Amino acid sequence: MTFLNIDSPEGRQEALEKMLLARAFEDTVQDQFADGEIPGFVHLSQGQEAVAVGTCGALREGDYITSTHRAHGHSIAKGLEPDRLLAELYGKEPGQCRGKGGSMHVADLDQGMLGAQPIVGASAPLAMGAGITAQYGNEDWISLAFIGDGAVAEGQVHESFNLAATWGLPVVFVIENNLYSEGMVFDEQHNIEDLADMSASYGVPGVVVDGQDVEAVHEAVSEARQRALEDEGPTIIEAKTYRYRGHFEGDQQPYRSDEEIEEWRDERDPISNFARKLIEAGELTESGLEELRETAEAKMADALEFARKADEADADEAYEDVFVETVPEIEQHRERLAREQPHWGEY
Amino acid sequence: MSKTGATTESTESTETITFREAIREGLREEMKNDDAVMLYGQDEEDGESFEVTAGLYEEFGGRRVRNTPISEAAQVGGAVGAAATGLRPVVELSFSDFIGVCFDQIMNQAGKTRYMFGGASEVPLVLRATEGAGLSAAAQHSGTVHTLVSHLPGIKTVAPSTPTAAKGLIKSSIRSPDPVVFFENKTIYDERGEVPTSDDHTIPIGEASIEHLGEDVTVVATQRLFSEAMSVAQDLEGDVSVEVIDPRTLYPLDAETIIESVAKTGRLVIADESPMSYGFHAEVSSRVVEDGFFTLDAPPQRVGVPDTPIPFAPGLEKEVLPNGADIKRAIRRVE
Repeated sequence: MTFLNIDSPEGRQEALEKMLLARAFEDTVQDQFADGEIPGFVHLSQGQEAVAVGTCGALREGDYITSTHRAHGHSIAKGLEPDRLLAELYGKEPGQCRGKGGSMHVADLDQGMLGAQPIVGASAPLAMGAGITAQYGNEDWISLAFIGDGAVAEGQVHESFNLAATWGLPVVFVIENNLYSEGMVFDEQHNIEDLADMSASYGVPGVVVDGQDVEAVHEAVSEARQRALEDEGPTIIEAKTYRYRGHFEGDQQPYRSDEEIEEWRDERDPISNFARKLIEAGELTESGLEELRETAEAKMADALEFARKADEADADEAYEDVFVETVPEIEQHRERLAREQPHWGEY
Repeated sequence: MSKTGATTESTESTETITFREAIREGLREEMKNDDAVMLYGQDEEDGESFEVTAGLYEEFGGRRVRNTPISEAAQVGGAVGAAATGLRPVVELSFSDFIGVCFDQIMNQAGKTRYMFGGASEVPLVLRATEGAGLSAAAQHSGTVHTLVSHLPGIKTVAPSTPTAAKGLIKSSIRSPDPVVFFENKTIYDERGEVPTSDDHTIPIGEASIEHLGEDVTVVATQRLFSEAMSVAQDLEGDVSVEVIDPRTLYPLDAETIIESVAKTGRLVIADESPMSYGFHAEVSSRVVEDGFFTLDAPPQRVGVPDTPIPFAPGLEKEVLPNGADIKRAIRRVE
């Protein structure tokens, strides 16, 4: 269950817990990647926790999300457990996708997580397609696409906006505008200030929301979800946010200054600002906050132990899951590559 | 696993219908069988450019049969999302040349989703696309691109040559839990054939059919070139005994049937309308060489398009398009 009743103190506390867990997850990945324990590429989302938690916290069981290549926060917010998520990043057998997907392809259909999507923009048609299923079956769930500000320059995103709009599909598009598309700053990529303005082209509502404010995001997505459920079609939400880390871990980031990052961290951090608000409202104490931090870190310590100790995937697994109904070719090619081939003269 | 069409299907009740009608019948029956099957594409409600789905909108209504804006990428990407969440979408991509604009969704989404998710999803979508030259439709509306798609892991590709195969295979494609790209040669839509009327008539994906028995040369021929090969086989009767195989499915390929046939004939001609380099011809040839090298009495022969785009002018188009005469020459070279 991912829904958070953010209008209640309990819901707000849960939102804070989820954001802390998402942050702790990314911090752990950052450290373990730097230590060489995690293979491949990782793209971290520290700073964007309010978008992930505010969005997924407005969804109900049965709703689907599709995500970007920066998907860990979305996954945690959608209810995926950090141990299997981290094990996937380690490429281990009990990982979310049994080590076949890794950071960029993590998915959990049972939790409504229809896949991280590193082909920029491809998250939009996938969610739109899930919306076709929901509309076709007159279901009471919706689908939601997280897309980045860079993806909005991709054609397939606009095709999906248009198709969802013309068919009135129960889909919400959340553009997570973190100011940088890989290494290119926002205003060099787009000639408009607010990406949500594009909604006018599709005749659907466009909403700009402060992506550092978990309650504001929750409210915007809740309203869009309600519209979708009432057959009023898609909404395009732009959440203005910021990523603290580079495009990928190891990115030297020549495109921006440390001062800019520090300014966002110090003044606009979604977690500390929200925690301060709860403390000021008397819903949380400083020591209570510290306990929540420790709980999140303890969960990550357990997840790390789980991922490290987990079994490696069996090599034969590499040949599984290409199809449901298998084809002879894969085994034939394997056999042909095997060393036990007879010499040609023996045929 | 192979079967000879003429002998095993003769006990079933049949009707004579066109290739176009066979696909329509298959679609209609599967839509009746399974409410999760829906059709969408451009002008789908009007039966599309080639009228394959004519009447289905009237029969099944706007929930089951829908028009899309011209958005191939969203159509195919959306089909992956719809299929992964429970539908069985059949999407029409009117001309297969347009595959370029949605190739990512085929290659990276349809083909890889199940694998990347560790087997947690099924993607039972069908993408229908027309291929083939001969209508002076020029380079961007005449191509044969099935080789490109057959090369992609995670996708099954089907290219029937006869109405019987078309009906049996469209039904199997819709029932398949895996993504299938179903290629229809647009120049054979009006060819007629005996098609089983039974709702249960399906043809397994991955099974070739020996349609004409012979002893001297095996001709593996697809789509339009299949009927050309059949005519050639009949022309040469009494002179050269030609075995004609319709592979029906391109991936997985029923290599066993082809290899067994070559073991008998010792000679192989591969006729397919795709460009000749790096394609279907090469695949069939490789499989036979790998597993049947010592049964070959002559080098395998390829009949196809000599790696040009398809030209517009009828004379030029005729020049590059392979036909029965090319097949006959290839047979003569090895017999």
